[in-house]
Amino acid sequence: MSDTVDATNIPGEKSGPMLAADGTPLKRSLRRALRRQKMSALLLIAPLLIFILITFIAPIADMLFRSVENEIVQDTLPRTTAILETWDSESGNVPDTPVFKALYQDIFIAQERKLHTRLGSRLNYELTGASSLFRKSGRGVGDIGEVYQDQFEDMNAFWKKGENWNDILGSDAWLAEIKSWKKASGQAQPPFEIRAQIAEILPQTAAFYQIFADFTQNEKNSNLYKKDPWELIYSAFYDDLTGANAARIDTYTGPGAAELSEAKAAAANFETVDYKAAFGDIDKDWLKMPIWDTIRAYSPRFTNGYFLNAVDMQKSENGPELRPENQRIYATLFLRTLFMSTVITLSCILLGYPVGWILANLPARTANLLMILVLLPFWTSLLVRTSAWKVMLQQQGVVNDTLVWLGIVADDSRLALINNQTGTIIAMTHILLPFMILPLYSVMQTIPPSYLRAAKSLGATNWTAFWRVYFPQSVPGIGAGSILVFILSIGYYITPEIVGGTTGTFISNRIAYHISSSLNWGLAAALGAILLAVVLGLYYAYDKIVGIDNVKLGG
Amino acid sequence: MKFTTTLLATSALIGAGTFALADAHGNMANEMTLVSWGGAYQASQDKAYLQPYLKNNPGVTGVWDESSNEAVAKLRAMNEAGNITWDLVDVVAADAIRLCDEGLAMEIDADELLAAAPDGTPASEDFGDLLVSDCFIPQIVYSTTFGYRTDMVGDTPPRKICDVFDLEAYPGKRALEKRPINNMEWALLCDGVPKDEVYDVLATPEGQEKALAKLDTIKDSVIWWSAGADTPQLLADGEVVMGSTYNGRLFSVIEEQKQPVAMLWDAQVFDLDGWIIPAGLPADRLARVKDFVKFATDTQRLADQSQYISYGPARLSSAPMVGKHADLGIDMAPHMPTDPKNAANTFLYNYEFWADYRDDIDAKFQAWLAQ
Repeated sequence: MSDTVDATNIPGEKSGPMLAADGTPLKRSLRRALRRQKMSALLLIAPLLIFILITFIAPIADMLFRSVENEIVQDTLPRTTAILETWDSESGNVPDTPVFKALYQDIFIAQERKLHTRLGSRLNYELTGASSLFRKSGRGVGDIGEVYQDQFEDMNAFWKKGENWNDILGSDAWLAEIKSWKKASGQAQPPFEIRAQIAEILPQTAAFYQIFADFTQNEKNSNLYKKDPWELIYSAFYDDLTGANAARIDTYTGPGAAELSEAKAAAANFETVDYKAAFGDIDKDWLKMPIWDTIRAYSPRFTNGYFLNAVDMQKSENGPELRPENQRIYATLFLRTLFMSTVITLSCILLGYPVGWILANLPARTANLLMILVLLPFWTSLLVRTSAWKVMLQQQGVVNDTLVWLGIVADDSRLALINNQTGTIIAMTHILLPFMILPLYSVMQTIPPSYLRAAKSLGATNWTAFWRVYFPQSVPGIGAGSILVFILSIGYYITPEIVGGTTGTFISNRIAYHISSSLNWGLAAALGAILLAVVLGLYYAYDKIVGIDNVKLGG
Repeated sequence: MKFTTTLLATSALIGAGTFALADAHGNMANEMTLVSWGGAYQASQDKAYLQPYLKNNPGVTGVWDESSNEAVAKLRAMNEAGNITWDLVDVVAADAIRLCDEGLAMEIDADELLAAAPDGTPASEDFGDLLVSDCFIPQIVYSTTFGYRTDMVGDTPPRKICDVFDLEAYPGKRALEKRPINNMEWALLCDGVPKDEVYDVLATPEGQEKALAKLDTIKDSVIWWSAGADTPQLLADGEVVMGSTYNGRLFSVIEEQKQPVAMLWDAQVFDLDGWIIPAGLPADRLARVKDFVKFATDTQRLADQSQYISYGPARLSSAPMVGKHADLGIDMAPHMPTDPKNAANTFLYNYEFWADYRDDIDAKFQAWLAQ
């Protein structure tokens, strides 16, 4: 670019980019300056941005992710779900023995790691009884494995000791390390390493022993060398001894070769375990279809089950279907939430508009004084205000007492103003009213009073002057107030909970219930995601119809 | 939205916890955070357990956190964040079972962790059947039962649980808890189901329909409560004729506030409240908490608590030591749910049943409520 560095270049005379004082092309130098400005602007807002990302966006994203996440089934029952994929669920027959064997292995490992009850609670959301089924099975699997353990140990006490197992299964290098390792030394335990020859001739035993070793060394932090193996290892050992590779056992020459051969000879005559029957003994539900259908339906890593549940549907053999009528609740709640939020918004407009008008048209000093009255409730705790409404509205409360005293209402037919929709609407209108008045007031303040006077002097009646001149100018304030009130009320929770009874509660009350009480966070997340989508949808519609530019929070 | 506020609160809590813990690890294995229900109940625990313990162990401090009604959710959030800020949590037995199932509570060995009775009976026998979960350390037996306004029931006060369903004899509103547990059982009992068959019937869809149909007969006259303090307030205001709540709350209305309210003990439902130790505590804090629990659940301490609140001690050996109320000076034994006169007809909360059926029946119950 030799021609562009020539400082005597006169811009425009030669074709070429315009240059800045330092000789770089103007475009680039401008871009650089702008980029620097942008960076410093970004740096300025960085603390806020990071704060919002960490405390607001990330938790919400994480929570929304839970509405489809379903890894627990596959993670807890990896072997079972893998085999179950080939199971023909429409045959009407429960799976065969191999699945039950995989189930035994999965549940055995899960109960050692205390994960089986967690899976039980998860599946209980879909199938009643899963919770206790898994709890019971966790207690029962030990007995299944003991059958082989006892036989091996009765045959030769050699198989009782963890040391002997480690001598056979561990590699020579690892054995040397672990024998010199002391827990008190504070050093990390040398991680278990399988003897190569054993991994070939006893593949299942080796695989499960590796899991046992990882668990013992990393989660239990106890010395693997001294630890007696799980019952599960004995059943895997039996499978290896009687399996396809059994012939090669005699080729083994390492430690314990004699015992191994002896075990192989004896295992042929061992009493075997019928895994299917054993699980049937633990709980006959294992021999019925529902639990298997449920495990299969919920074995993928992601599920739409929570979302289906959130719209009163459920999975079935023929795809999603509506729940039975006596279990449908969420559609009602969503509609009710929208309906009541609309009513609350409208009553806020009705009550707030005159107040805003008075505030805007009074002398500043009086207006400020009245403003304090509007803001006063803001400074009072939400709970106090709601509880105060309880005292006001209940049947033996202030309002009813006054009405009875005035003779408007008979003493035995006092009005039900609380624990129903009326209560929620009254209390929430009061609580959200400032959010309507403030934008109305600030917009109305900017409407010059001379416009009204001009309209009147041109012959308009009071009503026409208001409706044709004043009102259109105050619409942006109504828009802003309505958006605030509507979106706030759609997610309200405490007030409906306290004064809403059964007919005045919102969807947010159910979300709160699933978050803090039933612990079904997936369902809560799905409900929350739907609510979020509804709000965004309404906002979009509002923008299309009214135009978001027409919303003003102030002059 | 409450949804996001919960999240925000959770993340704020976790954030705050990180700093607190960073502090604690330096030199303060001598600090404990105990979680309880607040109010009179927490005060009774403070007086009977914590203050005497702090007196015996100078240099140790204990802080109360009134979060028990959200303990399950918060413990799960703490566990997922890998940062447990609580040392000991007071929960009802059903929650303890759930926390244990979720792996959020530590499994205990009762005989190793808890003190034996004065006569040497090991803790596992002294607590007996009340050790309903491997993680649960029982403290008190409480009951959910009814109270009624003595001035609103005429000359024939209610004597039987089924009087709650009798709108003709006792017109007026009733307060019931906004959840299926207990209400479904009472409804079936009053629909003629024998006591020992209630849970068998309730396990069937027809039985659930039956219970809801019975509740339907009084639905219009029910105010549903969700906080234990609601019913006492409603009774004191004369808003309801009768209502269910925890017996200790009714004791307070009757004896401490002297309201015209009386107890209807019939078919009271026994339930348990106790401690759990969160899973995954660091060793120094765990050691402190174990020391405290051994002290706070011994025979004398459990008996002491009943001086302040009318809940029965969970140890067999504590029962004979129940004395007088610390301030009122009245005998506490007749106010205990376990007193033979009160316990003539009792109902046992079936934990296993509700662990299985809660999700299902609750969905039906809420749908019924919303109709």
